[in-house]
Amino acid sequence: MFRPRVAELLWNTTRLALGTVVVCGVLGVGGAWLVERSSVPFRRAWHVLLVAPLAVPAFVNSYAWISLLPGLDTYAGALLVVSLSYFPFVYLPVVAAFRGLDPALEETARGLGLSNWAVFLRVQLPQLRVALLGGSLLVALHLLAEFGALQMLRYPTFTTAIYDQYRATFNGPGATMLAGVLVLLCLVLLLAEIRLRGRRGYASTGRGASRPPRPVALGRLTWPALAALGAVVVLALVVPLGSLGYWMVAGASTAFDLGALATTTATTLALAAAAAAATVAMALPTGWLAVRERGRVSTLLERATYLGSSVPGIVVALALVTLSIRATPWLYQTVPVLLAAYAILFLPRAIVTVRAAVEQSPRLYDDVAASLGSTAFDRLRRVTLPLLAPGLGAGAGLVFLAVVTELTATLLLAPTGTTTLATAFWSASSALDYGAAAPYAVVMVLLSAPVTVLLSRDARRGLTT
Amino acid sequence: MSSLTVTALTKAFGTTPVLAGVDVHVPEGSLTALLGPSGCGKTTLLRLIAGFDDPDSGTVTIGDRLVAGPGRGVPARRRGIGFVPQEGGLFPHLTVAANISFGLPRRQRRDGGRVRDLLQVVGLDASLAERSPHQLSGGQQQRVALARALAPEPSVVLLDEPFSSLDATLREDTRQAVAAALTATGATAVLVTHDQAEALSMADQVAVLRGGRLVQLTDPRTLYRHPADLDVATFVGEAVVLDADVRHGRAHSPLGELALDGAAPDGPARVLLRPEQLRLGAPGGGGPQGRVRSVDFYGHDSRVRLDLAGGDTVTARLEGADLPAVGQDVGITVVGPALLFPAEPGTPVPPQVEAWVPAEGSAALA
Repeated sequence: MFRPRVAELLWNTTRLALGTVVVCGVLGVGGAWLVERSSVPFRRAWHVLLVAPLAVPAFVNSYAWISLLPGLDTYAGALLVVSLSYFPFVYLPVVAAFRGLDPALEETARGLGLSNWAVFLRVQLPQLRVALLGGSLLVALHLLAEFGALQMLRYPTFTTAIYDQYRATFNGPGATMLAGVLVLLCLVLLLAEIRLRGRRGYASTGRGASRPPRPVALGRLTWPALAALGAVVVLALVVPLGSLGYWMVAGASTAFDLGALATTTATTLALAAAAAAATVAMALPTGWLAVRERGRVSTLLERATYLGSSVPGIVVALALVTLSIRATPWLYQTVPVLLAAYAILFLPRAIVTVRAAVEQSPRLYDDVAASLGSTAFDRLRRVTLPLLAPGLGAGAGLVFLAVVTELTATLLLAPTGTTTLATAFWSASSALDYGAAAPYAVVMVLLSAPVTVLLSRDARRGLTT
Repeated sequence: MSSLTVTALTKAFGTTPVLAGVDVHVPEGSLTALLGPSGCGKTTLLRLIAGFDDPDSGTVTIGDRLVAGPGRGVPARRRGIGFVPQEGGLFPHLTVAANISFGLPRRQRRDGGRVRDLLQVVGLDASLAERSPHQLSGGQQQRVALARALAPEPSVVLLDEPFSSLDATLREDTRQAVAAALTATGATAVLVTHDQAEALSMADQVAVLRGGRLVQLTDPRTLYRHPADLDVATFVGEAVVLDADVRHGRAHSPLGELALDGAAPDGPARVLLRPEQLRLGAPGGGGPQGRVRSVDFYGHDSRVRLDLAGGDTVTARLEGADLPAVGQDVGITVVGPALLFPAEPGTPVPPQVEAWVPAEGSAALA
């Protein structure tokens, strides 16, 4: 009886994934070219504005749109909302790739008589290919894992179907079967990503351009370019923020529970801090081994943690529910299980930064300190930790902010009575109480803003993996 | 300060032998250069002396204290060695002063006078003390690294290609400052280098390593004048190598009849001259002749490549501005005796090594 249902979900998921990848690719590459290579005015400001949608969680974006336009519960609506939330995943790596490209190549091509369009197609695009494919895979993985945004738009995919099954039958075989198909889809994408990552090292390690490239003069196309960038920013940023503002004002007229907001925020911050600390503590040995003790086992160990970013949150949550009920019933619906889910999901973000930090602190410093009579503990305290501190801090920050906006796993695993900003927002907006949901969304957006600034400054840093 | 003795030291990485039984003795207060091409094991030897790696067999003795040997491996931090790595390796999160005082006991770390003294020893201004490492030039970083290594008054200072990342002018200044500081502190020092000029000019004795073995250990002049074999000869300086026939104590070569350094049996042999032993003059007079193939003008001197009638090519080093033109025929006179090496029938004369250009890049992982 599941067969037709699975086929329908597969069709829904696939066509949405393909559509989103295409739209995100066009928006991401187009935006990156305009910001990095054209004479469009206010390029710095546009850059920040094109990264800023990352501060609005997809399910908040979805809420903002559907609360204004209830007719968006269609394929086109889902495509619009999800693409607007995800295109920075393509934009950021492509911008980083553009910055890494040697302008001398483009100048050489122009010297050989190529037009701007031909330079883009024959010189830039081939070099961007890896960044573009990497970003597209990220979009596809996120889409497979997306629950909140699509549930709110009533667009059924595997993830939303799993959730519905779980709610209806609680841990029945139906949810498990659907989760199995979903994991299979993710694994296919993951294999593709691992193959790409193997080659990415060569493509993106180029030293920064020695001098800034001369931007392409847009001439009469300046206004259309500005209009296009403006439209993207309005749709991806102004509409959701405006909608939030509208519901804040509308909701303020009804009774607004400031105390509940404060407690929920405090709970969320505490959970996020604990998860960040636990995740970084786990990332440190893994990242350390991956750099200092390169070998088959340590590489496998490091790669294995990346699975967490490819397996949807709902699958991880479902697995932990099953596991804790069967093996450790006394742990079911407790904070440690929730923290474990966060750690599994967000470990890759911490490992990437920790790894980079370990790479910045070569073994040489250890040797020198040892030759100066320093003991192992002394070296850890005086050399290693101070050198790693910025990386550990950045990793903790990324995990912290990811936890603040995590919805799916929290819905399934949070102990009874524990509400986070995301789940409080979710229960209010599911009850169509848009006004009551708005304040929680606003706090989440405000808390996410710093990471956006961080990412727009350092476009070379990867997003999640 | 103490002497340093290495005996029968071996080390293999996996199945690749890197050191195959090396013996070196470094007398107290002297500077010994470990010279060799990349991959000869010189950096490995340094790391074994420092205690960063453990040898497979053999011993390391500092003073009269066995620090590495059968069943004994004193950790690096207890060996009392000062280590100056290739790029300085200054801790980026610490100031110059904190770097220098890193190895001092806690109470002495705040002693600004000690830091000032050490900065002075390496020829740096005391005002640099509060700078960060990235605010220093490469040469200054190397000097701070030396000051840091000298601060705990180590028994032996180990320098791992400390000048290879510096450009030519800075390298000379830094080299002199480092040599002066080592002399002033009476340090026993081991310098790893692949640059023969550096080894010859700085060291009291040079240990030439090749393929994980010590080929020759002697003072710089002996090394240059009496190299152990042809390979060492061409490695430590530019050379003119020719096949010759020895008869009655004289070598008959394409450059005519050459005097030899010491007695030699009759028969085929290979002779070595240094380019500065060749003088050019007007052709004729029955002496050897050559045709100028190229002239490289360096300012202080010049290098002239000559084609000999027999097909050999030799190099002469000339001082002054009076240079022959390309294509000109010149007469060649040889000053001083030639060095004699066994003939190697069937093997071609080795290419004329251009020894004053370092034979490898600074990024070499020796």
